[in-house]
Amino acid sequence: MAFTLFILLIPLCVFLLLALSGKRLSAGVTGVIGTLGMAVVAGLSCFSAYRYFFVIGQSGGNFPALVPFSFEWLRFTDTLSIDLGILLDPISVMMLTVISTVSLTVHLYSVGYMRGEQGFQRYCAFLSLFTFSMLGLVMATNIFQMYVFWELVGLSSYLLIGFYYTKPAAVAASKKAFIVTRFADLGFLIGILLLSYCTGTFDFGELTANNGLLVIGSTTGMAFLGLSAASWALALIFIGGAGKSAMFPLHVWLPDAMEGPTPVSALIHAATMVVAGVFLVARMFPVYYFAAHDVLMLIGYVGAFTALFAAVVAVTQTDIKRVLAYSTISQIAYMMTALGVSGFSGPDGLGYTSSMFHLFTHAFFKALLFLGAGAVIRAVHSNEMSRMGGLRKHLPVTHVAFLVACLAIAGIPPLSGFFSKDQILDAAFHHDKVLFVALWLVAGLTAFYMFRLYYNIFWGKERTYEHKPREASWTMLVPLGILVVLTAVTGFFPFSKFISSDDMGYAAGINRGVAASGVAVALIGILAARMLYRKENDRPAQLAARMGGFYRAAVEKFYIDEVWMFVTKKVIINCVARPLAWFDRHVIDGVLVDGTGRLTEKIAGSIKGMQSGQVQYYALVFIAGALAVAVWAIYI
Amino acid sequence: MDFSNFLKLNQEAGLVAVLLVLLICDMFGGEGPKRWLRPTACTLFAVLTAIGFFLPATGEAFGGMYVSTPMTVLMKSLLNLGTLFVFLQSGQWLRSDAALRLREGEFYVITLATLLGCCVMISAANFMMLYIAVELASLPVACLAAFNKYKEESAEAGAKYILISALSSGIMMFGLSYLYGAMGTLYFDGMASMTANAVTVIGFVFFFAGLGFKLSLVPFHLWVADVYQGAPTGATAYLSVVSKAAAGFVLMFTLYHVFGGMEAVWHTLLRWIAAATIVVGNLFAIRQQNIKRFFAFSSISQAGYLLLGIMCGTAQGMASTVFYVLVYLFSNLAAFGVVAAVENQSGRTDIAGYNGFFKTNPGLAAIMMLAVFSLAGIPPLAGFFSKFFIFSAAAAKGEYVLLFVALANTVVSLYYYLLIVKAMFVNPAEEQPIGRIRPDGYNRLSLIVCTVAIVLIGIFSYFYEYIDSISTGMKQLN
Repeated sequence: MAFTLFILLIPLCVFLLLALSGKRLSAGVTGVIGTLGMAVVAGLSCFSAYRYFFVIGQSGGNFPALVPFSFEWLRFTDTLSIDLGILLDPISVMMLTVISTVSLTVHLYSVGYMRGEQGFQRYCAFLSLFTFSMLGLVMATNIFQMYVFWELVGLSSYLLIGFYYTKPAAVAASKKAFIVTRFADLGFLIGILLLSYCTGTFDFGELTANNGLLVIGSTTGMAFLGLSAASWALALIFIGGAGKSAMFPLHVWLPDAMEGPTPVSALIHAATMVVAGVFLVARMFPVYYFAAHDVLMLIGYVGAFTALFAAVVAVTQTDIKRVLAYSTISQIAYMMTALGVSGFSGPDGLGYTSSMFHLFTHAFFKALLFLGAGAVIRAVHSNEMSRMGGLRKHLPVTHVAFLVACLAIAGIPPLSGFFSKDQILDAAFHHDKVLFVALWLVAGLTAFYMFRLYYNIFWGKERTYEHKPREASWTMLVPLGILVVLTAVTGFFPFSKFISSDDMGYAAGINRGVAASGVAVALIGILAARMLYRKENDRPAQLAARMGGFYRAAVEKFYIDEVWMFVTKKVIINCVARPLAWFDRHVIDGVLVDGTGRLTEKIAGSIKGMQSGQVQYYALVFIAGALAVAVWAIYI
Repeated sequence: MDFSNFLKLNQEAGLVAVLLVLLICDMFGGEGPKRWLRPTACTLFAVLTAIGFFLPATGEAFGGMYVSTPMTVLMKSLLNLGTLFVFLQSGQWLRSDAALRLREGEFYVITLATLLGCCVMISAANFMMLYIAVELASLPVACLAAFNKYKEESAEAGAKYILISALSSGIMMFGLSYLYGAMGTLYFDGMASMTANAVTVIGFVFFFAGLGFKLSLVPFHLWVADVYQGAPTGATAYLSVVSKAAAGFVLMFTLYHVFGGMEAVWHTLLRWIAAATIVVGNLFAIRQQNIKRFFAFSSISQAGYLLLGIMCGTAQGMASTVFYVLVYLFSNLAAFGVVAAVENQSGRTDIAGYNGFFKTNPGLAAIMMLAVFSLAGIPPLAGFFSKFFIFSAAAAKGEYVLLFVALANTVVSLYYYLLIVKAMFVNPAEEQPIGRIRPDGYNRLSLIVCTVAIVLIGIFSYFYEYIDSISTGMKQLN
């Protein structure tokens, strides 16, 4: 399986090629290089998935964790070192196929979508950098390597959100995304250090071996504020994951990140990067389950709350990309909740399986939604729902693709979303009824806001457009087609056979009762949306008026941004930053730095005379120095 | 006589062979062969360097006077590599006027002669052998410094070098006579039982002064600035890298293998000298206006860091020292490559000449920036890792005070290294800035290799691990 190294190297090479070749490449060549590179990576990824699952297959009952490539990168002590390597196990191989497939479709789509944009080469280079980092993240053999790629992912996300760097909103959004996730990553880093301090290793294999025995063994007896060291470390690590995966209250960066180009939103802020947090928890799942079950429960509740919260906000938004952004937050929270309610081993681990399953299916239909939205935005030159309507006649292909994606996310069989969502609901139902009800409500809300979006864009009132909206070019439609197919068929994969909490595989069926209730609530949502938005009428406005304050609060995203602004601008700046700035300016800078500088300059000036240029004097100093040293050395 | 002894000397023998080929070619060749002088020199030399890396010969020769180990082979290969870069960078200067072109061959031959001295120095296991090698390494350098003999400052540099060099050799010989008197032998093996008493300490200090001259340690450093500034840039590059590295290696071997019994004495001594060298080098570097003088002081302070690694006396210290030299070689020669290219074309060696350098020569400015950043030890460049390893070796030895001094001084050094970067990137260009500089292909090659090495050597741990694997600490025979 050593060829998997090329999966990493190819995007890196493409990035270097595009970034270093200056302005010599034309847009066409750039697109071809980027897309071809990604096509090879996608091919290799699918081939490695085939090899891993079907040729190597299970040995001794479970799927083995392979490390086809690894070397020691930095060695601190004889026992603690950082390796760089490639880890292949069911979830990393699954992620490889997701990332590379979505990345391929996005690359191809970008060729059409970004036509004529300034800096297309820069765009493609960053896209390759992102793909490289993301692939490295999922294949990391140890948590420190993952952290390195984690930061690289954050960096490329920052660069791509701020792609239109002349637009103030984009610059602000990129900074916000970077700062919020960096802030969360601080928790991640402290968690890593704490964990490795206790266990003496970074390696995932060693951490998760024997049901997290190493972690449990090395942290017994260490507790702080009533929580064990393992719980602290894992909770801190989860904060990093919550930042990247936009869990409440760290979700504020994701809606703003929609300032980036739409294909970027599809790749990074819907399908791949934002699920890194889920992936992280899944990667460490045995440790969470056995060593810090309290944290796992917390994850479940945070997830369920975020899912509900984001779904409510999504109902009220009018910018179509923001609706999709909140929908993403809600769906990722779904996956988190699924992990939170999961048991371990066999059918008990349904939550784990379903979380990964939903990650897998969600990547495709959410990318499809974003790419479809991109085609709409491209056609009408606006993100606002109020500027759209009746587009089904103008954009027939996009219309069908979007409808399929909406049905999938609403969980209508036989599309892929149905299967994964049903499993999550099933897992929640057997574990915690409160969480189940929350998720069940979210399912209904999801169907409602997605079809609100759908009817507003493609039905509703006919608008008059400046230019007649035109269907997108083939480079944009082909990716839509690929994703439609994937959205339709991926639900039929016997996912639990391959991916399970203990890597053993089992057969998971459909729980008819749960499935029926899920579909029913989704249908209610769809019908409600149809009543309200299919034809233009004043019912939505009346309903909004009747909801009063709650509606307004939801439109304003429950003022979370304002809370953060208050905390950062007022509290942190006034109470922490200003005193520190004063201390820095007057004590550190004034006394220490400038003082040292002045002193150094003074000494440098006063000893200048020693360098007289006279060789006799040099010789004198030489001999005197040697004698002085000799005398001194004798008396040491 | 057993001639198989000579096989152990394959690196030195190779050097002599190249030297002879070039000498004959230079003496008897007409205009035609002379045009091939530089390609031949570089190619032969590259082959020689490769031989060192791939066909190492180890063992003792000449009754234990000469010792070759994987470590000495590696060190000599490093010196070869450094000299190869010097050759690559000097060609343009050597062809800049007719008088110099006539003596192009001389430059190669003289440089190879001093390199031969450096190589023998490293392998010497007998003080007489060592002394002769040191002389062989020093005398031709004076010729190199004075190579532009019609230029006043070059002649002055040569004169200063030879005078101080003679003085230091005298002192060194004086010290060696004490050591011989105390121990009755000049073989390293026989002297390993040395303990500290007045005679051996005086002998050691005077011997150390001789090496300190070559290594430019305080207080034996005053000649450095004048010679570096006056000498042709190729010779300066050679002095600052190859000659200094060789002296450092020899100091390390003698300390570990001969003076092990008086570690307490030299440890204290070196601690202060290292601190003084770092501090003084830095303080003087701040105010320099001339870039060659600037690098002279920067190289003094770098020697202090080198000493910090040497004095640890552990295998870790040895590995970090050798790695430090490796990184320093690439960083310093990258900087000197740019300096040489600029000097050849514009004649400027003042730092002010580099104002706005980025506008006219973005590529060279970027290389210079990477080089000084590496010298200053900024991650992720190789210089960061080499300083990191030196510091961790010192920390493992418990040298916290010295470590603090060294760390504080890296901040000072960052300041003056940044002055160069500021001149290139921030300062507005003068009215008549340096035009577009075009280094010739050879120099370009050396710059590219150095830059790649600066970026990659630290990140790829293979290099350090290899060095670490062949390092030995004290009290084991090299």
